[in-house]
Amino acid sequence: MSASPAGTARTLFRKLWESHHIVTDEGESLLYIDRALAQENTYHAFVALEAQGRPVLRPDQIYAFTDHYVPTTGRAQGLAGIPVAEIRNMVVQLQDFARKYGINLYGIDHAQQGIMHIVPPELGIVQPGLALIGNDSHTSTHGAFGCLSYGVGASEFAHVMATQTLWQTLPSTLRIRVDGRLGFGVAAKDLILAIIATIGADGATDHAIEYAGSAIAALSMEARMTVCNMSIEAGGRAGMVAPDETTFAYLEGRECSPRGAAWERALDFWRTLPGDPGAAFDREVVLDASLIAPTVTWGVSPAHALPIDTAVPDPSHAGNAKQQGEWASAIEYMGLQPGMALTDIPVDRVFIGSCTNARIEDLRAAAEVARLGKARVPAWVVPGSQTVRRQAEAEGLDRIFIDAGFEWRDPGCSLCTAINGDQLEPGERCVSTSNRNFRNRQGPGGRTHLASPAMAAAAAIKGRLVDVRTLIG
Amino acid sequence: MQPFTTLEGIAAPIDEANVDTNQLCPTRFNKVPRGPKYAEILFYDQRIDTDGKRTDFLLNQSPYDQSRLIVADSNFGCGSSRETAVYALYEFGIRCVIAPSFGDIFDANCAKNGLLTVALPVATCAALRAMLHETPGMAFAVDLASQTVTDGRGGVHRFEISPIRKRCLLNGFDDISRTQEYRAAIDAFEAGHRAAHPWMFR
Repeated sequence: MSASPAGTARTLFRKLWESHHIVTDEGESLLYIDRALAQENTYHAFVALEAQGRPVLRPDQIYAFTDHYVPTTGRAQGLAGIPVAEIRNMVVQLQDFARKYGINLYGIDHAQQGIMHIVPPELGIVQPGLALIGNDSHTSTHGAFGCLSYGVGASEFAHVMATQTLWQTLPSTLRIRVDGRLGFGVAAKDLILAIIATIGADGATDHAIEYAGSAIAALSMEARMTVCNMSIEAGGRAGMVAPDETTFAYLEGRECSPRGAAWERALDFWRTLPGDPGAAFDREVVLDASLIAPTVTWGVSPAHALPIDTAVPDPSHAGNAKQQGEWASAIEYMGLQPGMALTDIPVDRVFIGSCTNARIEDLRAAAEVARLGKARVPAWVVPGSQTVRRQAEAEGLDRIFIDAGFEWRDPGCSLCTAINGDQLEPGERCVSTSNRNFRNRQGPGGRTHLASPAMAAAAAIKGRLVDVRTLIG
Repeated sequence: MQPFTTLEGIAAPIDEANVDTNQLCPTRFNKVPRGPKYAEILFYDQRIDTDGKRTDFLLNQSPYDQSRLIVADSNFGCGSSRETAVYALYEFGIRCVIAPSFGDIFDANCAKNGLLTVALPVATCAALRAMLHETPGMAFAVDLASQTVTDGRGGVHRFEISPIRKRCLLNGFDDISRTQEYRAAIDAFEAGHRAAHPWMFR
């Protein structure tokens, strides 16, 4: 499918798709990819490329980030600060491949090192109208800028490095319209958890999502990134928000943003991207923002999310036998009792970080709560990038956290993906601002409750799940 | 990539929905170079404990340890983009997964590695899993050319697949070579794209 007929009202997605479409072959479209984001695990793609003897076609359009395997303490020592050889080697391999091919590298010692979904926006590498891919499912984050942004596996990443293109079949479109205003103490994380609970963990499979409505328009860029980040948790490979004045204001003056006449020209183009009035979507879901409460997960799927003032579901009340089995199995893994109030769940650990919630706004929200008490359980704050870390320290947020007994650590994926050595012990229960509460995700036997930064900080100072609104009211 | 034409082998039922790629390949194994070691990594945290292989896990039991197909529930392979999840299935011996729906990225990753994903209706998948529980070790047959799965009782289930994916799987085509045939079109597109949006290029 190439161009829409003249006069057809087009969605944002359709405009992005058509402006990157090269050819169609038996129902698959070849799309031009403007930028690609790599991380340490991308070594599988480099190895595959080298096995085929192929070069990297456009190394200046590829960006490599050290985030999944870097330690969150002892960073002054650089590579030598990674004690486990296999983990250190992952960072070394990526840095070596990046240097060998002349790829843009944000290595472990780089002043702007950080998570691949946090650094590119803050440097202006992500812009409206681009098509970009990342070797990570949370690449959907960047759709917050009104670009087409897909997570891909190693083979597709290798394909992009060799050809600067990607084969895709045209997905269906889903508009998620959220009108009204988010209530006091309710954050973007609560909004996206509520969306996933509404449409299900596969509710957007084979769909490109566009988030719209007055509640979305009112969100900051950081909040929009939190929402788009978790599109994949609803099955959507891409999620996006139409670019607007909030987007442009965020981008102006950033290191890689266009400047001068180029900025004006880019702005003119970006203003053409929002969907045309009357453009049709294959599906639409509508939510009322004012009805959303602070939300946490109780089970092992991001769709197992409920308002904090409710209870662990009772499998005997499930709608069908399949759901009954799913709930019972999740409750057993999580070590909970059916019907217990969510606010009666004690916690062992708290993690504030990840590509979902480690931006400056997230840390500000967590600090506002942390200053109200002392952490009763080990609580980590892991900023998403060195830039976020410096900004937070300039604002004194690190002192607030440290004074409240939280640990202030160095940037990386840390306890979200639990591969750098940061992980839960079997049976440990963690309130986490990350994106996945899958079994064993934060370490074998670990138990995860997803929540917003403010809710996570509240859990830290109470030692249990708590409604943050009761603390800050 | 090894071509996929036909397959006949033992099918294993996995009843739980939303089997994520973290389960197929726990994160800590993403460091492992592609190779036979991935056979043991598949479902590692459920299959292997400190005492060794857990006998209560289906794929550790005979004859399921020889499985070539899996019949699963909805949203199989959701979550992380890790292609190591596909390496684990492949090295274990799995060449085809049948489920009502798949994680989008996992589905694409399978196609690039010669592993066939077959989407069949929820009720059909449930009936097939029930059949496999009743008759452990039952073999299914898959014929990609005719787009059919034949269950162990002779039931034939037709499935849809995109023409291009089918052609690539049948022939074991390397994606990059196929794309290189469009080199001139790509170059022309890139030149026009660059001229229209110069700020996108550094």
